[in-house]
Amino acid sequence: MTDENWNPKIIAIICNWCSYAGADLAGGARIQYPPDVRAIRVMCTGRVDPLFIMKAFQDGADGMLISGCHFGDCHYLEGNYKCAKRMFLVKTLLKNIGLNDKRLRMTFVSASEGAKWGEVMEDVVKTVKELGPSPIKKYQR
Amino acid sequence: MADTKEESRIGVFICHCGTNIAGSLSIEDVKKYAETLDGVVVADDYQYMCSTPGQSKIIDAIKEHNLNGVVVAACSPRLHEPTFRTATEEGGLNKFRFEMANIRDQNSWVHMHDWEGATEKAKDQVLIAVAKCRMLEDLQPKSVPVEHAALVLGAGIGGMQAALDLASAGIKTYLVEKLPTVGGRMSQLDKTFPTLDCSQCILTPKMVDVGRHPNIELRTYTEVEKVEGYIGNFTITLRKKARGVLDPTEAEARGYVGGGCNGCGDCAEVCPVIKPNPFEMGMAPRKAIYIYHAQVMPLLYTIDFDSCVKCGLCVDACGPEKRAIDLESVDTFEEIKVGTCILAIGYDYIPIEEKREWGYKQFDNVITGLEFERLICASGPTTGHLIRPSDGQTPMKVGFVLCAGSRDNTGGVAKPYCSRFCCMYCLKHAHQIMEKIPGAVPYLFYMDIRAFGKMYEEFYYRVQSEGAKFIRGRVANILEDPTTKNLTVYTEDTLLGRPVAMEMDMVVLAAAVQPKADAEKIRQMFGVSKSQDGWLLEAHPKLNPCGTTTAGIYLAGVCQGPKDIPDTVAQAEGAASAASIPIHTGEVQLEPYFAQCNEEICAGCGMCLNQCPYGALALVEKNGRTVMEVTEAKCKGCGTCGGFCPGGAIKMQHFTSPQICAQIDAFLLKGEDY
Repeated sequence: MTDENWNPKIIAIICNWCSYAGADLAGGARIQYPPDVRAIRVMCTGRVDPLFIMKAFQDGADGMLISGCHFGDCHYLEGNYKCAKRMFLVKTLLKNIGLNDKRLRMTFVSASEGAKWGEVMEDVVKTVKELGPSPIKKYQR
Repeated sequence: MADTKEESRIGVFICHCGTNIAGSLSIEDVKKYAETLDGVVVADDYQYMCSTPGQSKIIDAIKEHNLNGVVVAACSPRLHEPTFRTATEEGGLNKFRFEMANIRDQNSWVHMHDWEGATEKAKDQVLIAVAKCRMLEDLQPKSVPVEHAALVLGAGIGGMQAALDLASAGIKTYLVEKLPTVGGRMSQLDKTFPTLDCSQCILTPKMVDVGRHPNIELRTYTEVEKVEGYIGNFTITLRKKARGVLDPTEAEARGYVGGGCNGCGDCAEVCPVIKPNPFEMGMAPRKAIYIYHAQVMPLLYTIDFDSCVKCGLCVDACGPEKRAIDLESVDTFEEIKVGTCILAIGYDYIPIEEKREWGYKQFDNVITGLEFERLICASGPTTGHLIRPSDGQTPMKVGFVLCAGSRDNTGGVAKPYCSRFCCMYCLKHAHQIMEKIPGAVPYLFYMDIRAFGKMYEEFYYRVQSEGAKFIRGRVANILEDPTTKNLTVYTEDTLLGRPVAMEMDMVVLAAAVQPKADAEKIRQMFGVSKSQDGWLLEAHPKLNPCGTTTAGIYLAGVCQGPKDIPDTVAQAEGAASAASIPIHTGEVQLEPYFAQCNEEICAGCGMCLNQCPYGALALVEKNGRTVMEVTEAKCKGCGTCGGFCPGGAIKMQHFTSPQICAQIDAFLLKGEDY
């Protein structure tokens, strides 16, 4: 289905305290994963406006990852809950516009889970590669 | 591309980090690419950007090219953002005009064998950082005063040491302990390795000091109920559990002058309720009104209301003069304000009975290391005579199972980590047996003897030469002879390379340690992360071992990871020093990532109000309209309100929606319009 040389465009919005630290830990531990994801750091996943996600897909993103702290671990008490609740809404929106909602993923990776960050990266890239390029790109030109 | 008010003049600085970055991607390509980006006027690279010459490059470039933004592509902002912000400031720019591209921890180190992919990713990371940098604004850090008081949670040896240090440095210190006395685990021990100091003898002076120190506010039998605030200004609610006994001050407050508990013990004598004593590991009785052990601090009886039948005999025994007992007492609450907090909440042992193969709680003569401590201790239930629980006889062959549940990947209650102090206390126990019982032989079943500390290896040799037997092999199982109650230990002697079965009179399990049962609750209250193994997570294992990612919260002792008494005390002193710095400085700088309301757009719907966990937002009337207002002192900058506002009226400083959208656009559109 997909071209061997096609590299998906995936944006991750990740929180400073858990997932960004976990990603740094993966670096320290030299855990190798595919280089397709571009991370944007925010203080908390609560900052993630559903519009950021819609904007990214509109711009032609093939996949998106939102990653924060585990429930109960949020540096700001409950930002990750608030974000997770919004993700249900966004996933419904994506389905309604004909986009596979697997292109959007929310994960919870703590500051001590470097290995898990590596697994998440592998898995997100694999999922998006299987889904192929975002169909939205076709309609834009 | 979004409009910017002023023309962007950005400098991009790429770090080689030796070969850490330069070995996995093409710095030259990234630099050439950066030069082509909109708004970039200079791109440079250097071996070590964080070094003094590296920072000078940034400072000089800001002046030479009149830059208004700096991008450094190097390691993680969690490591070096403060360094480069300082350099940006030294160059004459506002320090928030700086953005970092993490091309090491999240690129070169994780794509070591993909030169092309890593280079492409680095280019995009620089592109994304430049896109944000173009839109950065000057911000002023907010300076807040620090409360001249500290909280130490847990009054074991670590907590006591930390509290003493803080108090001696002139800081009012609240020392909060869940149990009725200070002292912690160490008060249960008999001797301490390798010096064989009596544990109580070296502990009690500290306990007394803690009680007497004018700057220490001791709160025993007290738990933390709620934590609010941030570094410098924590408001902590304490729950003082119903003790049922008044101390002299409390008695005087009720008008019983000269009354209150004096520790005479008349009450316990008449108390009819008998329960197992947890301090003696259940091997001795305890009344419903009790002192935790003989050397308690403060000397104050406590009623265990779970078992008290409220017969009132103790009230009569206490008498009308002291009137120290109040059977109707209830939990009370106290609110304290502190600048910094130290968590020293200690550890538990794993429920070793769940490792069925070793027969703890099935066979009478299988005991744990802590039970051994009580049995061999002169103040213990047997006044220091080591006996077999089954028949009271003196054991002559005692087996020690080391790594009982530690360094064990079989799952269940077993832990993959080393519990660090079991090897040494087993050696100490072996020595004590040979010292106290002539002719008795200890057999240590071990995987490795980890005698890592000062004078530890020497102690190991000493115990070997005294006649202890060492068998290298993990114990497979233990079986009991039902008549003699002797135990047969089955293992493989890996040095001889053959299975062995040895009959023992008694077996001691060196059970693994694990985080306290309530560590999870406490950790979430204070906003501290945990490591993969459940221990509280330090900010950096090497460079900040006492701090946490939550500013103003510090760690001491085993709650951060297994460690022995010297290491616990050392870390406690470190934590006390770290916790005293903000207090002595008198003020801390907070990053100004506050929410701001654009009142022209705000419709006053108020949907943001319940997004904020800190109650920082409120609706107010302004110019005849209802709009939201942010209380900056309460805002911690998570941005949850900004992510929710349906009208986009909330601006999160330094993480504004236009900035984040610019980052998304930059990567996906690469400067083209769709």
